Amino acid sequence: MKKIIAAVVIVLLIGLYIFYRMSGTTVAPAATTDTTTSGDMGNMDMGTSSAGNTPPSTTTSTSAYKDGSYTGSVADAFYGKLQVKITVSGGLITNVTYPQYPNAPGHTTEVNNVALPVLTQEAIKIQGANVDIVSGATQTSEAFQQSLASALAQAKA
Amino acid sequence: MGMPIEVEIVGDNVEQALDDVFAYLTAVDERFSTYKEESEISRINRKEIAAEAMSDEMKEVFALADTTKKETQGYFDMRRPDGSIDPSGIVKGWAIHNAAELIRNAGHEHFFVNAGGDIAMSGKNEKGSDWSVGIRNPFNGEEIVKAVYPKGEGVATSGSYVRGAHIYNPLAPEDTLSEVVSITVIGPNVLEADRFATAAFAMGKSGITFIENVPGLEGYMIDKNAVATFTSGFAAYTR
Repeated sequence: MKKIIAAVVIVLLIGLYIFYRMSGTTVAPAATTDTTTSGDMGNMDMGTSSAGNTPPSTTTSTSAYKDGSYTGSVADAFYGKLQVKITVSGGLITNVTYPQYPNAPGHTTEVNNVALPVLTQEAIKIQGANVDIVSGATQTSEAFQQSLASALAQAKA
Repeated sequence: MGMPIEVEIVGDNVEQALDDVFAYLTAVDERFSTYKEESEISRINRKEIAAEAMSDEMKEVFALADTTKKETQGYFDMRRPDGSIDPSGIVKGWAIHNAAELIRNAGHEHFFVNAGGDIAMSGKNEKGSDWSVGIRNPFNGEEIVKAVYPKGEGVATSGSYVRGAHIYNPLAPEDTLSEVVSITVIGPNVLEADRFATAAFAMGKSGITFIENVPGLEGYMIDKNAVATFTSGFAAYTR
């Protein structure tokens, strides 16, 4: 029984991929810059996530926080008590647990929206693994970028 | 759609399905490309076609775009500031999802369709293992920074462009650096992953929190400092 692997067929549709992809990130022409005008998606009205010394969920400075484990004070999340414990390692939040978390029957959706989740982080690392498929900007689009950027530079008045 | 498309089907007698998939995706491009003057979307934007006269496929995509706009509080919006319509943020995922169904209906169980980094997959690779997907390093396209095993779910990556060490917006090169360079979303299928990845990217750093709050989605966001933030269930897809 032979398994025949179909040839990987790559069809290159030459087109203005860059414009296409860029305009796919909608909202504003400069959508790839961080201009969010509709308010902070993460803040909800009901209660607070945790009080005390909990840093924000993302950090761009690796020296902002000291390594260690930190447990926030217990906060009233309207439907119950909430407490966050984080571990900071290398300046990044590497672990999050909830020693206390509200759990009110019939109010699960609201309860989940109460807390601004503290998400874990890592420095990206190059992986040696061979993978079947790749997700991300493509080689071809990079070539387009360079060519397009130089064309745009010429086009600027 | 203006991007490389890669399809692999494991098994026998795959040529017809491959031909059909490429014919389908070519037809999608003919209809939805805003860069083709005679495409249906270009004619709609020139007001040559009234809403009632749109094709069924166009109506379907418009309806999906409307739903997505509501579900993302407007962060996904196919209407550009100048009033023209650009459904590209949703057409890719929608089309790949349909292409995968096409392959499945032809009787093939083990395959993937990758169009510009958005992926639908099914079954196992030729070695009999789960399909592995690498998240490209936004700072160096030759490298992978994460390997995930979505086990049949859909993957979409929304990102900004990197040339060398500089992140820039080709449409406005003088703009300030974008905080988020890449967000990868894993969802029940590639359509879900694509529409939410598009919206999440437009939200900047709040995007990953948005993904955390949507049931059934996991995400991996990379910022301009090469720090990744990921949702609480994301690790289930890694090894």
